[in-house]
Amino acid sequence: QDNRISIWSAGDLGNAGLNGEYHGEPRLLCDIQHNGDVMDMQFLDQERLVVASSTGTVTIFRHHQNNQTLSANHRWEKAHYHVDQDTSCGGAACTGVVCSNPEIVTVGEDGRINLFRADQKDAVRTIDNADSSTLHAVTFLRTTEILTVNSIGQLKIWDLRQQRNEPSQIFSLAGDRVPLHCVDRHPNQQHIVATGGQDGMLSIWDIRQGTMPVSLLNAHEAEMWEVHFHPSNPDHLFTCSEDGSLWHWDTSINVSEKPSFLHPGGRSTAYLSHSTINQSVVSAWLSNDPTKDRMEITNLIPNQTLSVNSLDVLGPCLVYGTDAEAIYVNRQLFA
Amino acid sequence: DTVPPQVVPGADPSARQLCFAWGPAEVLVCETLFGRAGGSRSRSPSRSPCPSRFCGEGRAGAAARALTGSLAGTGDGAPSSSRVFVVRRDQDIYIQTLRKLFNESHGIFMGLQRSEEELAGKSRKAQLVLVSKNYRSVIRACMEDMHQAAVSTKDPALQGQYSTQVSILSAMELIWNLCEILFVEAATAGPLLLRLLDWVRLHVCDVDSMVREVLSSESPSKHKLFWNVVDIFVLQGRMDEARHLLSKEASANPTSMNMYRILDDLMKKMPVPSLGNTQTLTELELKWQHWHEECQRYLQDGTFASNPHMESICKILLGDEDAILEKKELMTTWYHFLVTRLLYSHPTVKPMELRFYAQSSVDLFLGGESSPEPLDMILMAAFEFEMHQVIKECSIVLSNWWFVAHLTDLLDHCKLLQSHNLYFGSNMREFLLLEYASGLFSHHSLWQLGVDYFDHCPEYGRVYLELHIERIPLSTEQKALKVLRICEQRQMHEQVRSICKIMAMKALRNNRLGSALSWSIRAKDAAFATLISDRFLKDYCERGCFSDLDLIDNLGPSMLLSDRLTFLGKYREFHRLYGEKRFPEAARLLLTLMTAHIAPCSFWMTLLTDALPLLEQKEVIFSAEQTYELMRCLEDLTAGNPDKQKFQDDDVETTKVEMLRLALARNLARVIVKEGTVEGS
Repeated sequence: QDNRISIWSAGDLGNAGLNGEYHGEPRLLCDIQHNGDVMDMQFLDQERLVVASSTGTVTIFRHHQNNQTLSANHRWEKAHYHVDQDTSCGGAACTGVVCSNPEIVTVGEDGRINLFRADQKDAVRTIDNADSSTLHAVTFLRTTEILTVNSIGQLKIWDLRQQRNEPSQIFSLAGDRVPLHCVDRHPNQQHIVATGGQDGMLSIWDIRQGTMPVSLLNAHEAEMWEVHFHPSNPDHLFTCSEDGSLWHWDTSINVSEKPSFLHPGGRSTAYLSHSTINQSVVSAWLSNDPTKDRMEITNLIPNQTLSVNSLDVLGPCLVYGTDAEAIYVNRQLFA
Repeated sequence: DTVPPQVVPGADPSARQLCFAWGPAEVLVCETLFGRAGGSRSRSPSRSPCPSRFCGEGRAGAAARALTGSLAGTGDGAPSSSRVFVVRRDQDIYIQTLRKLFNESHGIFMGLQRSEEELAGKSRKAQLVLVSKNYRSVIRACMEDMHQAAVSTKDPALQGQYSTQVSILSAMELIWNLCEILFVEAATAGPLLLRLLDWVRLHVCDVDSMVREVLSSESPSKHKLFWNVVDIFVLQGRMDEARHLLSKEASANPTSMNMYRILDDLMKKMPVPSLGNTQTLTELELKWQHWHEECQRYLQDGTFASNPHMESICKILLGDEDAILEKKELMTTWYHFLVTRLLYSHPTVKPMELRFYAQSSVDLFLGGESSPEPLDMILMAAFEFEMHQVIKECSIVLSNWWFVAHLTDLLDHCKLLQSHNLYFGSNMREFLLLEYASGLFSHHSLWQLGVDYFDHCPEYGRVYLELHIERIPLSTEQKALKVLRICEQRQMHEQVRSICKIMAMKALRNNRLGSALSWSIRAKDAAFATLISDRFLKDYCERGCFSDLDLIDNLGPSMLLSDRLTFLGKYREFHRLYGEKRFPEAARLLLTLMTAHIAPCSFWMTLLTDALPLLEQKEVIFSAEQTYELMRCLEDLTAGNPDKQKFQDDDVETTKVEMLRLALARNLARVIVKEGTVEGS
């Protein structure tokens, strides 16, 4: 297999035409070989990129902007592994990585959580057997706390300051223990967390209270692979799924407007469960009144075929990649 | 017709004994040193992994190029070294630059399958033509990429490979374009010629470089290639461009002004078919007849006698075959010759007349010097409207099923292929799609495209999918999830169970009990859930405490998947209740576990032992009823198995039983007293 990490230029902002459309296709700037499937990646800083591999290795790549090359800067081999040495090289896939310079947290199929520091050879901290099932994703809650989701439908908070290897809190869904695949935290209001499950359900949690989600929204028809709050416009949420769709959830519209649920199959419904505590700062995401604060949901992909595996959003730009080996760039998200 | 056997290069069954093993996508052939018994030739190992279909089937080049071989192994020439051959069905899918072709065409294919069938007549045809154009643009984009790769690579072998691919793709586009004109669009007399002219202009590219060279020179009319360019313009019916160049000649050479003006006028007035409905065929024919006669007159008057170039152009305008044939080098191909002939002798040619002109064009052009090549045969078959022949020839020549599969599918949607039943019952379109998709499945990533193709093969698609999907290597959980989703969407329950079992076993071996449970929940596999619970319980018995509490404490409704799992959950709950000092509830739960037979017999002793501390509490916890129940359980346990000799002999066990009996008796005593006592006032 020939897997590569590539850096592309998606066109300059200065080249916007009359309608603000960008001209030209994304150009490949540089690429480098990668061992194993790329399971997750995130920029550590302007130049460095952390990549999680299916072989269990975590690598930092450096992008040299002057001569447009990529080089492997640092590598933690066997960051994730299984105990049984009979399996092929004993490596376990590293499923998620999150960075907060200089700290890097990774999770994997071995149920292990690693805390690395860029440029330090060994892991700063490792929590073995943090979970008896696969950890699918991780994100920072606060600077010293992380959130993980696993394949038995649990959302866990870990306090990295504490030395004990137990989560400080465990949340789970009420019904079947559907595996959770992705997690993201609201950029401004840190108590609001969104997770996506194997059945395509989007759950919104308020982690200050209760152990169950505040809202359960029946969304996709298959696994939801990634969920992202827009970093500067957190009234907008994006989810992508195995069913080939990418949804844009917009809670910024007014009460007076009728909601429009644009879903090809027409079977999308929103179940808003009732939270019992009044909040002074009402976030649209935690709405408990179905008659107010509706959401507009749009499928951004006109002809869906294969799975959308990953997405990212920044400013007016949205990038997503599909199983049809295509990457799409949308530079006018809010036009 | 018989199928020529394919030979794996380097593997010679007469020299060495060969043995082979089927893999999911490949055949491994290796040379062995075992002595040969019987002396009969072993069966040729180069048959494709799918048996019965290929025996003797000649239809659409069935097995003709099913395998290509590649050497995998060391050892070169030395007689004692053995080699292992990896024989793969479909080499082309591994070419990096072709991936774009496969992916994009998959999208177009899916769009076609889903498109509106209700649209009839013209709009449907327009839709199909658009699909065909999309396919062609994908081929061209791929050609461009391949060309870039060929130019930028430094490895000459690779460069050669890319260049070959470019010419193959170019030929594919040529054939497809012709099929689009003749079959999909089914151009009628009139527009037919225009389309054919476009076709020729598109595929003879040498013109452009020549034109550039001539135009960029200081005095174009003096350039040695000048007349070549003018001629080729005329041959391709590009009148305006030809006239433009001729004007340069006229201005440079005033003596020929008169001739030029006449020729220019003739060229300007030449009647051509139009795409719209502005004139009927008869009108066109009339006009054309007049014009033809006018040209004839000028030629016979000797107007162009002094300038051989212009005279030859005039002859071409008159459709003089010999004059046209003189420009053989410029036209390079017989089909160019054909179209030029048609342009100048029969512009209102009907589709069904093409075959005669095509045949004679080949004969005239090649003149017996060279025999037609495969490409020529394919194009001939197209001109003869022999669709099946086209597909058959393409299948034989091309190394990959991509082209024939997609083209046949498109033609099928145009309702042009009669259901041509093959030996085993499915039609040609399905057969080709099955072959193509099977090839995709041997690729570690392109198999996802293959799934959709199988979906659209009504007869055998599902069976093929069932067989192939189980053989995809599941290297990560994410890949397994994708495969599972595909199976679930198609109600392939067997495969779902099988895959979940594989993943659960893997997880279990790696001691990931939570993952294993998660997989068995997905498959609703009660047996496996029981297995996992037993593992937990075993761990508990050995270590005295539970591992993975986060899992057991949070089982939720999935607890009901299997009895053992329910027991595990409840047992843990018992421990929790005990830890929280909620003794009466704990006691009730414990009893229920035994009386409702949720607990496995092997565990009863442990449960009863757990009851001990409850019995020994200061307060009386178990009621009389409950105590009787416990006693009954104990008796059931001890009296039950006569062959549990060691149970009796084991001191620890007997002590436990004794202690239990004592505790139970004491509890019974206390509780009888307590229950018998009237509440004090």
